Amino acid sequence: MKKNIFNFIATIVLASALSYVLPWWSIMTAALATSLFIPLKKAAVFFVPFLAITFFWASYCFIVSSANDFTLAKRISTLLELGGNPYLLILVTGLVGGLAAGITAVFGKQLALTLNKK
Amino acid sequence: MVFLGSYNLELMKYAKLLLSFILTIVIFFVLNTKMGTIPPIGKFLNPYNGIWQNEHDESISGEITIPGLKDKVTVHYDEQLIPHVFAQNEHDLYKAQGYLTAKHRLWQLEFQTYASAGRLSEIFGETALNYDRSERRRGMGYGADQAIAYMKKNDTETLRFIQDYADGVNAYINQLSPKDYPVEYKLLDYKPEEWTPKKTALLLMYMTKMLAGYDDDLEYTNVLREIGEKNFNLLFPDFFDITDPVIPKETDWSFIDVPQTDLPASKVVLDTITATIIKPHPDNGSNNWAISGAKSKTGHPILANDPHLGLNLPAIWYIMQLSTPNHNAFGATIPGALGVISGFNQFIAWGETNATRDVIDWYKVEFNEDRTKYKYDGTWKDVTIRVEDIKIKGKENYKDSVLYTHHGPVVYDKNFMSDNGRSGYAMRWIGHEGGNNQKTFIEMNKAKNYDDYVSALKYWNAPAQNFVFASTEGDIALWIQGKFPNKWEGQGKFLMDGSNPENDWQSYIPQAYNAHTKNPERGFVSSANQHPVDENYPYYVFNDGYETYRNRVINDYFNSKEKFGIDDFKALHNNNFNLKASELLPLMISEMDTSELTEDELIIFNEIKNWKFNNDIDEVGPSIWRQWYGKLRNLLWDEFDIEDVAMMKPYTYQTIYFLKHHSSHEYIDIVETKDKVETSQDLYLIAFKEAAERLNEIKSEKGDYKWLKYKATYAGHLLQGLPAFSRFDIPIGGDRNIVNATSENHGPSWRMIVEMTSPPTALGIYPGGQSGNPGSKYYDNFIDDWAEGKYHELNFLQSETTTAAMIGTLTLKPTN
Repeated sequence: MKKNIFNFIATIVLASALSYVLPWWSIMTAALATSLFIPLKKAAVFFVPFLAITFFWASYCFIVSSANDFTLAKRISTLLELGGNPYLLILVTGLVGGLAAGITAVFGKQLALTLNKK
Repeated sequence: MVFLGSYNLELMKYAKLLLSFILTIVIFFVLNTKMGTIPPIGKFLNPYNGIWQNEHDESISGEITIPGLKDKVTVHYDEQLIPHVFAQNEHDLYKAQGYLTAKHRLWQLEFQTYASAGRLSEIFGETALNYDRSERRRGMGYGADQAIAYMKKNDTETLRFIQDYADGVNAYINQLSPKDYPVEYKLLDYKPEEWTPKKTALLLMYMTKMLAGYDDDLEYTNVLREIGEKNFNLLFPDFFDITDPVIPKETDWSFIDVPQTDLPASKVVLDTITATIIKPHPDNGSNNWAISGAKSKTGHPILANDPHLGLNLPAIWYIMQLSTPNHNAFGATIPGALGVISGFNQFIAWGETNATRDVIDWYKVEFNEDRTKYKYDGTWKDVTIRVEDIKIKGKENYKDSVLYTHHGPVVYDKNFMSDNGRSGYAMRWIGHEGGNNQKTFIEMNKAKNYDDYVSALKYWNAPAQNFVFASTEGDIALWIQGKFPNKWEGQGKFLMDGSNPENDWQSYIPQAYNAHTKNPERGFVSSANQHPVDENYPYYVFNDGYETYRNRVINDYFNSKEKFGIDDFKALHNNNFNLKASELLPLMISEMDTSELTEDELIIFNEIKNWKFNNDIDEVGPSIWRQWYGKLRNLLWDEFDIEDVAMMKPYTYQTIYFLKHHSSHEYIDIVETKDKVETSQDLYLIAFKEAAERLNEIKSEKGDYKWLKYKATYAGHLLQGLPAFSRFDIPIGGDRNIVNATSENHGPSWRMIVEMTSPPTALGIYPGGQSGNPGSKYYDNFIDDWAEGKYHELNFLQSETTTAAMIGTLTLKPTN
């Protein structure tokens, strides 16, 4: 459990640090790194980075958007056929990031297992 | 067995590694790539440089360094986000204008020049290729090149100002990182490029196309061939039986001593043209008027302007105050062009409507075998070739060789919308002439009186405009300014033989002889895209789709009483009287045989009978009229529905005239019903029944067919009305041919009223907002007030120290 929490926090910290030098896929790089250096087990391999980035991106977007009365979020939500609901767009944004991070972490885990065997 | 099991386990491990690796690559690819119209979702949605970085209003305070500035420039923003710019010299002023326009409207600024240049395929891919080819064959880039070449040769001062503007735009672009790009760039996955003077020339070409790019010569040619000369002259007369021209009828033209070009023995070329290139919106037009001090309640002249254009977001206009120690102008600017286009300064006010003159003609040219020469004056002349290299997103470039003759580009030939290998149609267009249109606005912004206004106009070639004028000195005036060919009677109404020199434009009408009026006796000047002059003007002018309703309502209004004030001007801008309906509907109602109507139809009939011809939003009359007249027109002109022939139907005024005065003409009959000869009464009834059916359908779709829902006015985003960035069901009345000319997606794009006090006091509003960012509350915040017929006071600052009611101050500073 402790490792899960540690990975969760590290993924967010690393992702936000890397975002200054890398494009959007900095979250994938962060998830790869944490999966290699803070290895988790079973479902946690995917779900911890998934939840970390979903939480990180969604709360980031919420803070930015609420400061502007969700003006653009409502429009983009209409654009992406999410019914004009800004919260749904925020959630989707989080899930997109989370999914990318989670999948990369699974790859990281497999990579670690393969490397460790040799 | 043990060995094999561990081998399998090993294999599983690699398979899992490979699978998870592939999954990772796939998710990266999916989120990083634009698929069809779906933006690259990872790039688009991530919080650091995706759309979330556009979720804010623009910053409007602080200090910014701009390379190349000579001095400090102060910019105060008022609560409407209108920038009030105080520069110390003109070069800095236009740098600041470029910078600020880019800051608030970058995507629109650039997109419009892509559209003008025929470069949309670079953004949208192959779907835009046909559009791009049309624009290039129309010679948009060629015309812009001509304008730049003219300025290089004759007016390097204006060109330097245009370069200043470009420097300002680029200063802004260079400050941006990808996270700052306007949201449309992120949606379409591309980035802004460097701004150049040619882009300003392209923007001016875009305006020229929009306002002087409409013509029906090729359609007229088909119509003439199909219906013969007698019917053509009846249905498309050079002048209608009534004219209420821009320049008052009683104007004395005796000062004109250059005659109209003599009529040669030239014949029309009666070719069949199957289709023509996309044309600008036929409703592009406007109202403007000014009253003299004697006609004004306060004793000061008052001027008004409302250009009717497509209702788009971001709006076509951007409001600015632009000042140096030597001048102070305020009004509507167009992103890409320098100075104020429709506005005022301390001394004068001005505004434009479209002059709608025929400045496009078509010539049939015949080529030699390898299309390197064309026939002219009994010999062969060399063709020049302009290769249009069209970049296409995700594909190889498309190269289109356009042949140029001395007339202009051969738009239609075997490679484009025609299958004739040895001939083509060349376009002669004033837009290709080059010239110095930009200088007119630079000078107009500084003009102090009537003489300055007249000399500023001299540079204006195209699109020809009715420039209304009023001054604090008490003058009012209206010049119809443009460069007009001095045509022989009938020249250019139809396709001409391009090998005959007599068909060339022989000369131009001397600028001083352009129709104009100053301080006319009636105490007002006005224009609404109607006929510029009556038959007494000594040069050839024919009806090429002139307005015949708004002008009469406006002129009748100003003849109706002695004195007028600002409130009268507002009322006229918002006037919804449907003169067109009032001239035909009573006849339709009285002549139709109502005994044939069902109960449902009778309800609708009684509704329209009680209508007082006002196109207000809660009326049903306008909807019934639209349907009934529309069906009637289709039934009446069924002779014009010919497959694979580009035709045009008679204009509304002549249609109504025809129904009133020629009700036994053979064209009244419906061709399809072979065994029956219909009368106009029959047409009214059939049309009414069809209209009633459609109205009841609309009622079941929308709940009712009141004008509000029927018309459903909207302001559509420039990207084909992208619903997320557009505004729908705007509650505003009016329609085309009504002074409040608001139809579905077209109408008064800027309403301005200026009273010539010293300094002038002004009102203005437009259907949009100052910001081009859909994430800003200033994106569309004027629309509700505009729809209600309200105006905003324009805060005309007299010095940069007046900062009352300002919400922010931005200082632009030189590098050192």
